[in-house]
Parts: sequence; structure tokens; C-alpha cells
Amino acid sequence: MTTEATVTEAITTARGTERRAGSRQPRLHRSVRRGSTVQRRSILLTIVMGLLALYALLPLFWLLVNSTKTQRALFSSFGLWFSGDFALWDNIVQTLTYHDGEFVRWFGNTLLYVVVGAGGATLLATLAGYALAKYDFPGRRAVFAVVLGAVAVPGTALAVPTFLMFSQLGLTNTPWAIILPSLISPFGLYLIWVYASDAVPSELLEAARIDGSGEFRTFFTVSLRLLAPGFVTVLLFTIVATWNNYFLPLIMLSESTWYPLTVGLNSWNAQATTAGGEAIYHLVITGSLLTIVPIVVAFLFLQRYWQSGLAAGSVKQ
Amino acid sequence: MTTRSTIRRWAGVAVAAALAGSLAACATPSGGSEQGSASAEEIAAALQKESSITVWGWAPQLEPIVEAFEEKYPKIDVKLENVGTGNDHYTKLQNAIKAGTGAPDVAQVEYYALPQFALSGAFADLTGFGADELEDQYTASTWGSVSIDGGVYALPQDSGPMAMFYRADVFEKLGLEVPTTWDEYIAAGQAIHAADPNAYITNDVGDAGFTTSMIWQAGGQPYAVENGTDVTIDFADEGSTKWADTWNQLVENELVAPISSWSDEWYQGLGDGSIATLVIGAWMPGNLESGVPDAAGKWRVAPMPTYEEGVAAAAENGGGGDAVLEQSKNKLVAYGFLEFLNGPEGAAIHAANGGFPSTVADLESEDFLGYESDYFGGQKINEVLVQASKDVVPGWSYLPFQTYANSIYGDTVGQSYANASDLNEGLAAWQEASVQYGIDQGFTVNGK
Amino acid sequence: MTTTSSTARTPMRTSRRRARGRQRWIGWAFVGPFMAVFALVLVAPVVYSIGLSLFREQLVGGTAFVGLENYGTALADPKFWEALGRVVLFLVVQVPIMLGIALVASLAIDSARLFASSFFRISIFLPYAVPAVVATLMWGFMYGTRFGLIGNLNDAFGIELPAPLSGSWVLASIGNIVTWEFVGYNMLIFYAALRVIPTDLYEAAALDGAGAFRIIRNIKIPAIRGAIVIAGIFSVIGSFQLFNEPNILKSIAPNAISTYFTPNMYAYNLSFSGQQFNYSAAIAIIMGLVTAVIAYVVQLSGSRKEAVR
Repeated sequence: MTTEATVTEAITTARGTERRAGSRQPRLHRSVRRGSTVQRRSILLTIVMGLLALYALLPLFWLLVNSTKTQRALFSSFGLWFSGDFALWDNIVQTLTYHDGEFVRWFGNTLLYVVVGAGGATLLATLAGYALAKYDFPGRRAVFAVVLGAVAVPGTALAVPTFLMFSQLGLTNTPWAIILPSLISPFGLYLIWVYASDAVPSELLEAARIDGSGEFRTFFTVSLRLLAPGFVTVLLFTIVATWNNYFLPLIMLSESTWYPLTVGLNSWNAQATTAGGEAIYHLVITGSLLTIVPIVVAFLFLQRYWQSGLAAGSVKQ
Repeated sequence: MTTRSTIRRWAGVAVAAALAGSLAACATPSGGSEQGSASAEEIAAALQKESSITVWGWAPQLEPIVEAFEEKYPKIDVKLENVGTGNDHYTKLQNAIKAGTGAPDVAQVEYYALPQFALSGAFADLTGFGADELEDQYTASTWGSVSIDGGVYALPQDSGPMAMFYRADVFEKLGLEVPTTWDEYIAAGQAIHAADPNAYITNDVGDAGFTTSMIWQAGGQPYAVENGTDVTIDFADEGSTKWADTWNQLVENELVAPISSWSDEWYQGLGDGSIATLVIGAWMPGNLESGVPDAAGKWRVAPMPTYEEGVAAAAENGGGGDAVLEQSKNKLVAYGFLEFLNGPEGAAIHAANGGFPSTVADLESEDFLGYESDYFGGQKINEVLVQASKDVVPGWSYLPFQTYANSIYGDTVGQSYANASDLNEGLAAWQEASVQYGIDQGFTVNGK
Repeated sequence: MTTTSSTARTPMRTSRRRARGRQRWIGWAFVGPFMAVFALVLVAPVVYSIGLSLFREQLVGGTAFVGLENYGTALADPKFWEALGRVVLFLVVQVPIMLGIALVASLAIDSARLFASSFFRISIFLPYAVPAVVATLMWGFMYGTRFGLIGNLNDAFGIELPAPLSGSWVLASIGNIVTWEFVGYNMLIFYAALRVIPTDLYEAAALDGAGAFRIIRNIKIPAIRGAIVIAGIFSVIGSFQLFNEPNILKSIAPNAISTYFTPNMYAYNLSFSGQQFNYSAAIAIIMGLVTAVIAYVVQLSGSRKEAVR
């Protein structure tokens, strides 16, 4: 069965149905098609794809190889193979303990931003997207227009005014300066909106209403379960976005206490390239590896949830 | 945070957004002016009361000095923060000043960046605290850098009189004399590169600090500032041209290694001898020892080459001091800390941790001058470096917007380096862009 | 009796009316939290930016209202146009290459003619999980001509590869990093769209004797046009907002990447190192408008083609 693709499928299905409202197409089980058309496997095609996979994996392999080297061996050995000494454990220990263990602190910060930021963003986007899909309320069209319009303004361009405003509010140099902006995911809102209009039947809501269930109760007990695949998909994207967040923390935080990993790593790198700084490239490389590992694991780990969520979603449909 | 204050703050945002422009106007630093002066007794008293200050800086020596300070004044809590190095630090400082809140009480500042913060009123004038009486403690060139327009805006910490660090083994192997003039230096550069196409006399991809220091040594005075706002920028003066014409012979013939300073490749080149010399500030030895441990015993230091045989000339390269922010609400303690940090006690710790001092007493102490560096093969390096501090050509000044000017160096002079073309053209472009910026910012700029 | 019934009916009616009123506004209870944060972190800064762009604040001389002057300056600023031209070039070259590779890869995985297709799907997608900062640091190390991978290759094969961080190659090198990061992501978008094409369409075509390439051209690609348009719009926005990669590479290639390499870098450097907040805001607003217009055009042309079909 497919993995992360299933998740993105949710997007496209939802979008597809939205666009072609009226001519709704049945979702088909892949196995049916696979069974009916037996294809020859092609070695040539596999080789071509192998080259693409090599391109994708080679830098990661480089990262893995070089995180096993000492600062000295880094510059004296071939980049794509291991050097004599295997210093990975040393490097990891050094990375975690360097400067009173600031890496661990940054890691914790990043987790905080991901849990509160991505979690909150997903919740807000789900609530709002659901309402746009299922309720007709005054100003509904305006909401959508404003949200879409604001997406086009470059984020970095808003950095300065946001920074000045946040410092007036006393929010700079606090986690809120990172968390508040990451609570907004216009893309997530859009996704839930198109997904909800399909996945949550209005008749069901009407039935719940007749049973006397409050709107929020209905949402949390009935709708949210139907929205699960979309919810998890949005969660994935917001997790990636907050984990990768670099620019905003860079300007909002002046002191390293609240840095996320991305900004911290770059500060380590910058430290080596300025006067008087200690060169710690081996730690930058090992730190990069450690930064990637959790999110890759999260990807693989969350897959199962999406899969079951999706399966449930398609049965209900 | 209570709900009511939250609401008030949110309301503040709405107002801020509506009155966009006026907010920018009122963001100029204010407050704390009632603390603009104090007697030594008042400062000493403040240091005995419970309080805390925040210090932003990246110099590695700050940490042990702060520890010593807290030991001496246990009631003061000093929060030391490294917010970035050089330009990153100034950007954050500038942001906090612009925002009107969030700046530290004390900040490290290099000499080149000081005029910008001093003239815009971001740093406190320290004369009210008695800083003007400290002049005799510091070398003339560093004191000249911190006194601007009749005020004292920082106390000097370290200094960077330039000297030439070189690989004795490389010169010996090729049978080359150690150059004392720039002509000899260029000849040596040709010989080194001819002997090994991977070896260079030095590395240089263009660096604003290096360029201005080199012009300084050549006697150029491209920048002049009067009354804080009347600015002259002239990179066609005699000294600037002299340097550009000389350095062209290296750049246009690709005799300098195309390696950025402080990069991994740079450390590698310093270690294997493919970069044979460094003309750089006197704070370099500590960096060589820690960054290039393999080359121990191979490096030596000599006076910077000159344009005229036998006429010593040097310039300052890097180095800086520490300033008190106008935003600070605890200026007495901040200044008290500054006096410790940059006075005899701090200077001793600074020197012991590999810094090059700016205090006359330390520079002239027997211990300091007589120090034989093992890394430099037993050479008494400080004799050379201290002499350099006395040979610094007087009369140099930086722009009141030097950090910005330096940030666009790569767009202008850097292009001459990238294309191995005439540096005079790059300097002209840098001048033009700097003049334009000065005019945009309301300075009276004379571009010549 | 009547009295009781009427008193009994009245509250019921009002409660139902009230319920309908509540019904009308209940949507806001759901949308409210999102919109409140949205107003704070997006609308307010945009409004503030527009406000800022109408003023000019100088280091010497204070602040003055200048109307649209900053916009005029921007439109006559060769640096702005150079930066804009560079991202347009990037857009025209990198986006089609990236989407083309992604499309081919998705078709290959969908074709059921691959060995170990799930391995390819995961491995090509993996770079998407790497933060842009880490990706740039990593590629920056590899781009080194002395001790990086490029240097290793030069040494190993005795060749002289072009220096990736030199002025003439640096844009291509950035394009490579961006392609590496996002090709798998786009591939998955296409692949997911391919998976929902109804089987009967294929079977009918196969019965008619259509070859694989004809099926791709006539059935598969038209069917996922919507996904292609969406991916295109996101890539356009991404290109116009190019910032992280060049900004991080600038520390190791200072002469090849100027302070106005992309419009976003220009806006950033104007405000953060140049203190020209007002002018910077004007550039940001212009870029926002340009991005919105181009994204709209891409969407329009995409849906028009679909309508023609």
C-alpha cells in the first residue's frame, strides 16, 4: 500500500472534486487496476529512476559519512567515503554537550514550536476550513478572499513590520514571536475547506442538530473523525513548515536561549567563518544530521496514522 | 500577562497599524537621560545594590571577565548574550534600537561601527560618568576611535595594529627574503606562485575591513565627517589610489588565493603553507594557535610592508570596545561594569585569554613585551606588535553609516575581485553607492 | 388552555428563531480564532507595511510623508529590476525542469513498470524533510572546489569542473538546491493525482490499442492538469520569494551573491542593514502584487486549457 502518497492523494482528490463539482468521479481502489493490467517491469526505467534516487540520496549519504569524521579528517579525506577514524559517537556527544548543551536546548525549543505551532495551526485551520465549508455565515466570502490575497505577500517582506509590531507588544525574544505567526496556515485552511465540503455530509450535521447536539459537540464527536485524513495531512505540512522555520526566528530572537535548531546551526556555522570564532564544522555537520533524523522518523511514524485515517475516510465516503 | 493588559496591547497594535508612520517616528531611542551623568561615588554605590544588566558581545574573553566581575560585585547579575558576530550583532542591535525596546545595557562594538551608533544617539556619551579622565590609560589610536565629536561613546577593549604574519618555512624553502616593502611583497608573491601554482602569498577575495585598513596605512583618508552630518567620501585621494594601484598588481594577475578569510579552506591553507602571509590585526596569534595547531613553530611575525623603505607605517584592523546603550535603565551599573571590563582588571584577564590590549600599561609591561611565543618558534611577537601600535598613521575616520557601507562592499569592490579587474573602478562604485545612501539618509554628502 | 398553549408556543418560537440567528453566526465561532491570529500576524503587518511605504524616515532629518514616491523610486531602481529579472530567469528555467522531472518520475512510479517503486517514492521524497538551512549548508560544503565534493571530483578525475559558487554559476547552483529539495514533493502531488484517474478510461484506451505514451499524453496528463497548475502556482510563489538559499550561501560566496540578488534579499538588506524601512516596505508590497498577479495568470491559463479540453 502506498505511504505518504496516500496523504497527498487526499489533497488532490478533494481539489479535483471541488473543481469538477457535478461530475464527481468515483475513487477507485488501486488494487483493481493493478490486477487488470499486468505490466512488464522495465530495467531501463528502473535505472533512470535509480539515477534520480541517487541524486536525492547522495547529499544525505555525504552528510552521514562526514558526520563520522573529526574536524581534521573532514578536510583531508575523500568526501564520499569514511576516513580512518570513526568519530560519529564522539561528534554526537560533542554536539550535544557543546556550549553547555545548547543544541539540546534548541532541540527542545524546536519541539515546543512544532507541538504548539503546528498543532495549533492545524486546529485553527481545521475549525475555520470546516466552518467555511459547512456554514453559511455573513462575511464568509470576504474571509476567503482576504486569506487567499494575503498568501501572495512574501513572508520575508512582512518581517520588518511584524518585528516592529511585536517589539511594541513585548513579544520579541519570547517563544510567542515564533509560535503566533506559525499558527496561521492559509494552505491548511484551503485544504480542510475543500476536504470538508466532500467528507462531511450536510445531512449528517442536520441529523445531529435534530438530535439536539450543539455545533461544537457535533464537530468534535462526528465531523472531526470524518476530517481525520485531511487533519493529519495539514498536520504534516505544518510540522515540516515549523521544523524548517528559519527566517522568522532569525529576526525575532536576539538571544540564543529561544533559538530553534535551524537558527542555532547556522549560528554555529557563522561562528566558524568570522574572526575569533572556533571552527566547528564537524559539529555543524553532525548537528545537521541530528536535525534531520527526527523529522524523517516523524514522517515514517505518522504514515501509519494517515494510512488508517485515509482508509477509514474512504470507507465512509 | 493579565487579560486587560493583553487587550490594551492588542489595541496598541491596531493603533500602531493605523498610524503606521508616526510609530516609526516615535521609535527613536528615548528615556534614561536623567541618568546621563553620575559621580564615581554614585556609581560605586549602585554597584553594591541588587540589580542586573544584559551584555551583548561575542569576544571569547567576555565570559571570564564577567565571572570575575560577578565575584567582585556579587549583587550584580550580568547576563552575557552572544547574539551573533560582527554584522549579525549590529543588525540585532539596530533592530532593538529601532524598536525602542529590547536592547542590552552594554554592547560590544568594533571601532568601525561606533560612529554610526554614537552619532544616531543610540549609545550614551560616557563623559558624564567621568570617562574623559581615562584617556591616558589607552593608546592614542584607540582613544581616537572612541572619542567622537567631543564625546566618549565607548571604552576601548582590544586593538588591532596591523602586522605581517608569515610562514618562515615557505620563505626559507624558496630562498626568499621576508618583504619589508610592498614592491618586495609583490615580487615574493610572484615567486611563490611561480614555484607552486597552488600556493599564494596571501588570500584575498575582498573584505571591507581589510581594504579600509590598507588605505589607512597608505595614508589615504577617503572618509571625512564634520558636525556628524557633513560627510565626504573620496576614494580617488592619493592614499587610496596608491593602495589600489599596488594591490592591483596582485589581484589583476591572480596572485592572491581566491579564498575567503575564516573559511574552512582558509584554515587549511594557513596550515599547509599554501597561504604564505597574512597582513592582519595583532589579535591574530590566538586565532592561529587555536585554528591552525598543526603549523606550530612555522609562523613568524614582522612589521607590515611599507610603501617607502624604512618609513614605518601601520593601521588598525579590527578591534573594538564596549558601549552603554542610551536605552539602558541601569546606566550606572552598566558604566561600572564597563570600567571593570575595560579597565586594568578586565584588561589583564583579556590579555591572559589571548586578546591584544589597548591599555598602555599592559602594552608596555615587561611581561607582555618579553613573552616568547612557542607557537611562533620562541619569537617575542609582542615587541613587533606593540611597535606597530605606535606606528599607526593618524587622522583616520569611519563613516557614520559604515556598517551599511561595508555591507555593500561585495556589490562594488568585490566585483573587481571577482573579475580580476581594476580596484580603482570598484572603489569608485563603492563611493558612488555610499554617497547615494548618505544622501538618501539626509546627510550632506560631498562625493568629489 | 389557550393561554397555556400560547405561552408554551411563544418561547418555543423565539428559541427557534434565536437558534436560527445563532445558526447564522455560529460559523464565526469556528472561524474566529483563525481570523484573530490571522489579523494579528498577517493583516496588521500588511497594513502597517502599506503605511510605512508612504513615508520616508532618514537617519538625519526624521520622518516625512512622501505619498507614492517610494513606489516611483522602486520602479526606476535598476537593482530592483535586476533582482526581479533574476528570479524571473530562475522561474523560467528551474520551475519547468523541476516540474518536468517530477512529472516523469510520477509517471514512472505510476506505470507499474518499476522494480522497487516504493523505494524510489520514499527516497526521492526524503529531501523534502530536510530544512532549507541544512540543505544549503550541506550543498555549500559540497560545492567547495578545494575540499568539497567538487574538489574531490576534480582531484579524482583530474578535471576542472566549473566552480559552483562563481558568479556565472551560482544561480544554477541555487536552482540545483531548490530542485533537490522540492522535486520529490511535486512528484508526490502528481502521483496522488494519477492514482485517482478512473481505470475504465485506461482500459478503453488499451482496448483501442493505444500505446503507453499515447495514454500518458491523451489521458494521464490532461487528467492531472489541476495538480500541475497547483504545483506551478506554488513554485511561482516560491521562486519570487527566493531568500534562504542565496542568503545563507552569501557567507561563502560574498562576491557572487549581491545584497540585491533577489527582490526579497533586497528588501531584507534595505531594512536590516540599510535602515531604509520605508523603501523596503514599498518593494515588499510591489513584490506581493507581482506574485499575486502571476499566480493568478498561471491559474487562469491552467483552467482555461482545461475548459477547452
